[in-house]
Amino acid sequence: MTDPQDDTRVEAGAVPVPVLQARGLVKRYGQVTAIAGADFDLHAGEVLAVIGDNGAGKSSLIKALSGALVPDEGQILIDGRPVTLNGARAAQAHGIETVYQDLAVIPALDIATNLFLGRELRRKGVMGRVFRRLDAPRMRQEAERHLADLKIGIGSASQPVETLSGGQRQGVAVARAAAFGRKVIIMDEPTAALGVKESGRVIDLIQQIRSRGMPVVLISHDMPHVFEVADRIHIHRLGRRAAVVRPQDRSMSEVVALMTGALEATDEERDGGR
Amino acid sequence: MTATLPAQRASRRTDVARLVREPLFGPLLALIVALIVFSSLTDSFMTARNLSLVLQQSVVVGILAVGQTLIILTAGIDLSIGAVAVLGTIVLAKTAGTEGVLIGVLTTVVVCLALGALNGALVTVLRLPPFIVTLGVFTAVAAATQLVAGSTTFPVDAGPLTVLGKPLTVFGFPTTWGVVVMLLVYLVAWYVLTQTSGGRHVYAVGGNRNAAQLTGIPTARPLFTVYLLTGAIAVVAAWAALGRIPNADPNAYQNANLETITAVVIGGTSLFGGRGSVVGTLIGTLIVGVLRNGLTQAGVDNLYQNIATGILVILAVALDQFARRRNS
Repeated sequence: MTDPQDDTRVEAGAVPVPVLQARGLVKRYGQVTAIAGADFDLHAGEVLAVIGDNGAGKSSLIKALSGALVPDEGQILIDGRPVTLNGARAAQAHGIETVYQDLAVIPALDIATNLFLGRELRRKGVMGRVFRRLDAPRMRQEAERHLADLKIGIGSASQPVETLSGGQRQGVAVARAAAFGRKVIIMDEPTAALGVKESGRVIDLIQQIRSRGMPVVLISHDMPHVFEVADRIHIHRLGRRAAVVRPQDRSMSEVVALMTGALEATDEERDGGR
Repeated sequence: MTATLPAQRASRRTDVARLVREPLFGPLLALIVALIVFSSLTDSFMTARNLSLVLQQSVVVGILAVGQTLIILTAGIDLSIGAVAVLGTIVLAKTAGTEGVLIGVLTTVVVCLALGALNGALVTVLRLPPFIVTLGVFTAVAAATQLVAGSTTFPVDAGPLTVLGKPLTVFGFPTTWGVVVMLLVYLVAWYVLTQTSGGRHVYAVGGNRNAAQLTGIPTARPLFTVYLLTGAIAVVAAWAALGRIPNADPNAYQNANLETITAVVIGGTSLFGGRGSVVGTLIGTLIVGVLRNGLTQAGVDNLYQNIATGILVILAVALDQFARRRNS
C-alpha cells in the first residue's frame, strides 16, 4: 500500500488529483431538485469558498460532502478514489471534519469533553480495556495543546463551554475539526452567528489551518471575508456549479453578478477554473 | 505583602462563589437544614435506629430514582418506572411460588427488560415524546399488573427473594442489605456517567441532541440504553421491595413514579436534560426520606407531608428554570 499523497508528488508535471471531488451529484426531494448534477473540486492546501444565492443548493452540496445526506446520483472522490459518505461518522473516518454555523457544541459539557466527543481517549491497561475508564487528564492536556496551537485564548479546557463567548465556542469547534481532520475541513457559515470582531478571529483561524497545508472549504455569505481568505471561489447556481473564479481575476460585484446569473462566466471559469 | 492581600481576598471570594454555583450545594444545604431542624424538634429523630429507618424506607424509590436520573439526563422522563417495578414484584413472587426462584427471577428480568426496551424503541425508533410513551406504558402496565395479580397478594418465603431485607451492621450502624445494594447501584451509575464515554454521550444527547448528532455520536444508542437500563433497575427495585415487605401487593408503591421524579429534581438534575448527577439524586432521595420521617415524628399528618413535598418539587424546578434563564 502506497500513500496516495506520495503518488501525486511522484508524477511531477501531471495534473494533481484533487483532494475532494464530486462528479454529477443529484439530490431530489419529491418535485424539488436540490442538487442538479453538481461538480466540485478542492485542491491540496487551498481555501475554496463556496457561495451561492439562497436556494441555490449549496447547503445540500455541503451536506453531501460532509456525510449529512446521501446523493441519489453521482460520485464523491477522495484523492481520486470513490467513497460513500453515509453519515457524519463515515465522513470523519475519511478525514473530513465539518464546523457548523449553529455552534455544534454541548454547552453544559466542558471544553475537553466537547473536543473529544465521540472519540474519547481511554486509560491504558485494565482500567481502560475492562472498565472502559476515560483518561480525563490526557484529554484535558491534549485539548489545551490544540487550543494553544491555534492561539485560541482559553486557559483551561475543564471549563464548561457555556462560560465561553460565541467566538470562543466556535474556536472550540474549529479546534476539534483541526485536531481530527486529516484531509479536509469544511466550514459551513462559521461566522454567521458571530459579531464582527469574533468573525475576524475565525478568518484568522482559517488562514492558520491553511498554513498547515490543510485544505478548507468555506461556505459564506460574507463577500469581504471570501475575498480576504479564498484562493478560489466556487459559485453555485440553480443546483450546480456555475463557475470557479480567482478573487484576483474578478471584482466583488462581478462575482455577485455571476451568482445571480446577471453575468456569463467564461468557458474556463465554467469548466472549473483549472 | 500588602499587595497580595486583595488578590488573596479575591481568590477566596471566587472560591465561595464557585461553591455556591456548585450544583450539589443547594440540595446538600437543604438536607443539612432538614436534619438540624428535625433533630431539634424531636429527640427520637437523630438516633442511629431512626436514621437507619430513613435509609431503609428510601431503598425502593432510591433505586428507581437512579433509572429516572439517567432518563431525565437525556431530556426524557419515565412515568412507568414505578408501575414496571410493581409488576416486577408480582411476577417475581407469583412465578417463584409456582416455578421456583430461578425461573421466577429469569421471567422478571425478561418482563422488565422488555418493557424498558419497548419504551426505548418507541422513543428512539419512532421518535415519540417520552412523556406520552411512558404514560401509555404506565397505564397498560398498571392494568396488566391487576390482571396478573387477580386482586390478591403474593407472599414470598424467606430466602433469596427476601435477602435484601436482612439486617447488617456497618461500622456499628444498623442497616439492611437493601441499603447496601442501593448504594452499589448509585456507585455503578456514578462511575458509568462520569468515567466512561457512554456516560458522556448521555449528557451530550440530553444537552443538545442535534449537536451530538453532528459530532458523529450515534445518538440513538445512549437514548435506547437508558430506557433498557431502567428496566434492569426496576428488577433490582422489585427485589428490594420484597426484602422490605415479603408480600407482593399490586396496590403498593402507587406514588413511586412521581416520587422518583421528585428525588431527581430536588437533587438538582435539570428536567431539560444534560445537567445533573446521581449524587444529587441520592441527596434528593434522602431529603424526601428525612422530610417524611421527620414530619411523622413531629406528628404531622401524611397529607400535609404530601403538600410539603409538592412545594419542594415546584421550588426545585423554579430554581432550575431561573438558573437556565440567567445562563442563556
